[in-house]
Amino acid sequence: MKHLLSAADLDREEALTLLDTAEELASVTDRAVKKLPTLRGRTVANLFFEDSTRTRLSFEAAAKRLSADVITFTAKGSSVSKGETLKDTALTLEAMGAQVIVLRHHASGAAQRLAESGWIGASVINAGDGTHEHPTQALLDAYTLRQHLRGGSGDLQGLRVVIVGDILHSRVARSDVALLTTLGARVTLVAPPTLVPVGVESWNCDVTFDFDDALSDADAVMMLRVQSERMNAAYFPSAHEYSRRYGLDSMRAAQLPDHAVVLHPGPMNRGMEITAEVADGHRALIVDQVANGVSVRMAVLYQVLSSEEGAA
Amino acid sequence: MSAPSSDEAIRDASAREIVLRDIRLMGDSQAVDVRFTDGRIAAIGAAAVADAHPEARVIEAAGRIGLPGLVDLHTHLREPGREDTETIETGCQAAALGGFTAVHAMANTQPVADTAGVVEQVWRRGREVGLCDVIPVGAVTVGLSGERLAELGAMAESAARVRVFSDDGICVSDPLLMRRALEYVKAFDGVIAQHAQEPRLTLGAQMNEGELSGELGLTGWPAVAEEAIIARDVLLAEHVGSRLHVCHLSTRGSVEIIRWAKARGIDVTAEVTPHHLMLTEDLARTYDPLFKVNPPLRSADDVEAVRAGLADGTIDIVATDHAPHAHEDKDCEWSAGAFGMLGLQTAIGVVAATMVEPGNLTWAQVGDRMSFAPARIGRVADHGRPLEVGEPANLVIIDPDAPWEVRADRMASRSRNTPYVERTLPVSVWATFLRGRPTVMAGALSGALT
Repeated sequence: MKHLLSAADLDREEALTLLDTAEELASVTDRAVKKLPTLRGRTVANLFFEDSTRTRLSFEAAAKRLSADVITFTAKGSSVSKGETLKDTALTLEAMGAQVIVLRHHASGAAQRLAESGWIGASVINAGDGTHEHPTQALLDAYTLRQHLRGGSGDLQGLRVVIVGDILHSRVARSDVALLTTLGARVTLVAPPTLVPVGVESWNCDVTFDFDDALSDADAVMMLRVQSERMNAAYFPSAHEYSRRYGLDSMRAAQLPDHAVVLHPGPMNRGMEITAEVADGHRALIVDQVANGVSVRMAVLYQVLSSEEGAA
Repeated sequence: MSAPSSDEAIRDASAREIVLRDIRLMGDSQAVDVRFTDGRIAAIGAAAVADAHPEARVIEAAGRIGLPGLVDLHTHLREPGREDTETIETGCQAAALGGFTAVHAMANTQPVADTAGVVEQVWRRGREVGLCDVIPVGAVTVGLSGERLAELGAMAESAARVRVFSDDGICVSDPLLMRRALEYVKAFDGVIAQHAQEPRLTLGAQMNEGELSGELGLTGWPAVAEEAIIARDVLLAEHVGSRLHVCHLSTRGSVEIIRWAKARGIDVTAEVTPHHLMLTEDLARTYDPLFKVNPPLRSADDVEAVRAGLADGTIDIVATDHAPHAHEDKDCEWSAGAFGMLGLQTAIGVVAATMVEPGNLTWAQVGDRMSFAPARIGRVADHGRPLEVGEPANLVIIDPDAPWEVRADRMASRSRNTPYVERTLPVSVWATFLRGRPTVMAGALSGALT
């Protein structure tokens, strides 16, 4: 695997290999010395054009546990801040010896563009591109679901996953639909009609506007963050109405089957899409997701860098 | 002044008089001879050779196709202001190589072409270059700001004789302002060329809205944002009895609205670009901004509809929307990329591939869609004239048997943003004549020019 650009690019075998690798690497985390020598002498560059402390820290921790050197570049700028172009920054990091560039960018397709434009020769890992994809998030979600609902091995055949919230702008939703269905899960998207993408009928999933309809047979519910800027753009009348219709509170959580779990990619708006009671409750795997994120990112870095060795 | 030597007399005669042998005018099956004398068509048929000056220059067209010099109603020449991306000179070179003898230069320059001074400057610079007539388009509103009308009358009365007014790139979205503009230009037989894009429905838009935009996570530019403005504007044009031209329409719904409006007798004309005739939104999958354009590339169904509309005359003309952009504005991620594509040099090849080869248009109809009709809409007197004796000798000769593979480094434009790289277009421009002088010969800019 030279790059990881999109969860939609992963077939079942590749996805399972990554999850199994993550499982093996996770055992490192249980050791007294949490480090493997695997990527010693390799350089991983984190290139973050968008604020994302948790994803950046997760990749940093993953790289360091595999003994890679890490250089990090963060620019808070938006597309209008012309000072830091993607091309120039990537060239700079490659010149500093980066073999892998972990890219978070506000432009959809930025990771694919970086990988295919011929600007650089390094591998590219998509750490979230605009409203397109966030494949390592999908991997950690799949990993977490497998761990809790499938005994930590195999695929997700027959699992019913409900994803709720701003589907339109969510790279997590796109990646999750792609990966979870590749692994055999059935995904239902829940959102107000204004936050459902045009053409969603062609996605490999169900869509409903009524959250309560989707609760009773769900094995897992994934709540998406609602960005504050959506509130003023007529997607829904008020935060209050949104949370009443699409928020997960303890009343709704009580309608879930006993075994059902609750996920959230973070950061949460407590009281908006999820109440504190549910977020901190016994179903919530939100902290597990963070821990698992490090393991799957170790697996991705390992796969990408070992393919480079094979090619050389 | 001394009498000219005989060498000079010969040079003079061969410059003043050209005989084209065996040319198929309007794609006719029968080849004829044509003679240009002093910038006009002096003879067609046997007399072309029989009565020619003995030293007239003879050009063997060898059965190639002759059409009236192409007229583009929609070109961005970037001068003044962005001479790093195109100048009037380089843009006219591209135009001549594309078979054009007249191009309309859009108003979104820096400064904006919203005064008589700026339009006259653009017009004069075109005359100096001498490769192609440059006809300025005037801005509808001051600074393209959509707030108050520019001095349309002053531009109409200037040396540039502006008849087409457009805020192209920006929609005149205020319905009252649009109404006033449509009314006002009636005084000098002008036309408002509308860039139909409802701004609120296209906030942050990056590509056609549909299944693919959802998948790619790119903000959609819905068809309704174009169609709603066209529907409003044809009704406004009907109400005030004025003339409307719709720029670069791109959707099936737009074609249907124009068809309806024409059936109703509304004085509306419409254009489609070569790229909307050939390319589809699937190219956005590359996330390469080379394929980013406004309006965006649409679906295969829309492409089929605009081809049918152009074939049946619902869409009157092909206009290039030639839009040069600096390398750095395309060599970047999609959302940072500029909207627009080169179009002048490839237009006739794309039209041949999409319309002539599949049998949607004859060459004679291409002459209508790319010369007669645009000249009529722009009220350009000396272009888009029939190929008849006494008419201006503005002509393009197309080689129907000379396909060419498009390469960015073959673009005369200062910019390289052609979306057709590595595509093979079925025909080439072999020669272009502006008022009887060759601007292009054998596919290259003619050395005969100063």
